[in-house]
Amino acid sequence: MRAVDGVDLVVRRGETLGLVGESGCGKSTIGRCMLGLERPSSGRILFDGADLAGFDRAAERRFRRRVQAVFQDPFSSLNPRMTVEEIVGEPLLVHGIARERRERLRRVRALLDLCGLPGQLVDRYPHEMSGGQRQRVGIARALALEPEFVLCDEAVSALDVSIQAQIIRLLEDLRERLGLTYLFIAHDLSVVRHISHRVAVMYLGRIVEIADSEILFADPRHPYTQALLSAVPVPDPEIERRRPHRPVTGEIPNPADPPDGCVFHPRCPFADARCRREPPALRAVGDGHEAACHRLEDTVMAGGGDAAGPPATPARLATSTSTGRAT
Amino acid sequence: MPALLEIDGLEVTFAGEAGLVPAVRGVSLEVDRGEMVALVGESGSGKSVTALAVLRLLPEPPARITGGRILFDGVDLLRVGEEPMRRLRGRRIGMVFQEPMTSLNPLLSVGRQLTEAMEVHLGISRRQAERRAVELLEAVGIPDPEGRLRQYPHQLSGGMRQRVMIAIALCCEPDLVIADEPTTALDVTIQAQILEVMQDLCARLGVALLLITHNLAIVARYAHRVNVMYAGRVVESGEAVALYRRPAHPYTLGLLDSVPRLDRPRGAPLEPIPGSPPDPAALPSGCAFRPRCRLARPRCAEAVPDPVPIEPGHRSACFEYRRLRAEATA
Ligand SMILES: Nc1ncnc2c1ncn2[C@@H]1O[C@H](COP(=O)(O)OP(=O)(O)OP(=O)(O)O)[C@@H](O)[C@H]1O
Ligand code: SF4
Ligand SMILES: [Mg+2]
Repeated sequence: MRAVDGVDLVVRRGETLGLVGESGCGKSTIGRCMLGLERPSSGRILFDGADLAGFDRAAERRFRRRVQAVFQDPFSSLNPRMTVEEIVGEPLLVHGIARERRERLRRVRALLDLCGLPGQLVDRYPHEMSGGQRQRVGIARALALEPEFVLCDEAVSALDVSIQAQIIRLLEDLRERLGLTYLFIAHDLSVVRHISHRVAVMYLGRIVEIADSEILFADPRHPYTQALLSAVPVPDPEIERRRPHRPVTGEIPNPADPPDGCVFHPRCPFADARCRREPPALRAVGDGHEAACHRLEDTVMAGGGDAAGPPATPARLATSTSTGRAT
Repeated sequence: MPALLEIDGLEVTFAGEAGLVPAVRGVSLEVDRGEMVALVGESGSGKSVTALAVLRLLPEPPARITGGRILFDGVDLLRVGEEPMRRLRGRRIGMVFQEPMTSLNPLLSVGRQLTEAMEVHLGISRRQAERRAVELLEAVGIPDPEGRLRQYPHQLSGGMRQRVMIAIALCCEPDLVIADEPTTALDVTIQAQILEVMQDLCARLGVALLLITHNLAIVARYAHRVNVMYAGRVVESGEAVALYRRPAHPYTLGLLDSVPRLDRPRGAPLEPIPGSPPDPAALPSGCAFRPRCRLARPRCAEAVPDPVPIEPGHRSACFEYRRLRAEATA
């Protein structure tokens, strides 16, 4: 089975690249390949110009220090029998950076502080902390080796909104202070738009659209991106009451048996004979904006979206009306 | 006319290793006939426990309902016997939960689960029930309903299973459906499909909906009225438009400022609520939100604020709501 098919993706130094799409679309596979945790059956992955497949042991070891990951469920990704000191200090020990316990503890405390955690947490076990604290510990551990690239795979998805906002702020702050580069995988479009400089949208193992975050959400061109955006409600009853909701129909096909032609054609309101036959390649539609669709000329969004056109997305509604809490 | 559902001062405690843990601490809320009401709050705030109390499905023990009344169409459900309660569930109160796999019977075909409910509750024949089952599956957007009737839950996708759950919840045309995070586990486009179907059907059949979710955007789209829960209490309630436009509790305001929004320009910084929700076994004195609240004053530690009406249909359980309002208009 092909989890991911013919994906070309560049993450630029210092940026946050968002990767969105529904479950099973291949987002995590891409992340794992980038970390060298999974080998692509064909294609290459270059880190800082060097092919991962060509690394010898020393290069591999250096690479391991430069890339790290933060995953969704801090509870299952942290060893329940290790204290915070051991969890955050382990990478330092493994890489022989702070062999002496005093020095390691000092570094662990500094890392906790960096992640907004009090130093006395060093003696705690994962089950003795809240979800937000556990996620901060996971981030502190990921930062222990001063990586350059951090994969955030649904890193805030399991958190409650008030805690989620704290962790998003922390990730943004760390990126700025430490010059990190993120691949930010998530299914929550509002979060991805907020944190990412650029966003790639995946559907059934393909990248169907990529653009600057601003542009992607204001002017989505792939019918799937449009469908996604129109499916997300916004926390404003007045906008929602005005907004027509005609969710895209159909289910997500089995990735093991993807449709011929454009993989989105069975659900696409624009699909024609060619779409059923020929897979579309990514095409430029603007500055740094690419979409893989045969009918891009017809997908330009018509204002608020009427019965004939594509559905209305929140960004459009927001720009066509003035909204906000009365102050 | 009295409300269809009126929860009044509900209290639920759990017996744990460390003693009694108050999970629901005096919740009051109402659902009128045909109305869509939301119960929104973060994990552990007591939403599901409230719902399970209404359905009388709490595991008792460890749970114990220690106070309050739950009036459904004028009858206190806390005084109804096991058997009449069973008849009420399914017949007059439908339910949809997050994980349909645990509420559907894996050994019964989809059709049988639907027809059984109708035969038992409506006293109609198998033939009639089957005909109705096909109509219902069609109404919830299941393609090839005749074929699906013979399938088993594991043969369906998550979205299809949730549609079946909705069909079962609605098959006896209940007065009320309680939906607890009905789409949380589903993908965005499927989520939207299911919520639209549920809203359309409830509206068409005049069924009231108590929608439980942690998602403020889903609430904004579907609810007429909203109850915001925090640490086992409803801290604010009101008509959706008024509550979102002028929140009257610091927690509601904090939640709204915590979510990135597709309807606002990109780049607006998030304003997270500091700290985290309290452990229900070790609640702070007074207002449970106090340790995280920037408006807290000494009296907030002395008494638990009760919900008070601040304008028609809008209540806030905050001593300092006037200051909050004054700040917002400043
Ligand atoms: N069976 C149980 N035994 C002990 N405590 C329980 C039990 N069920 C719930 N609780 C406690 O009751 C409180 C309220 O839980 P509840 O499930 O109602 O939260 P919720 O608002 O539905 O959260 P979520 O959004 O995570 O579903 C929590 O503190 C929880 O730990
Ligand atoms: S009662 Fe006091 S502590 Fe509670 S929300 Fe209001 S101001 Fe804050
Ligand atoms: Mg719950």
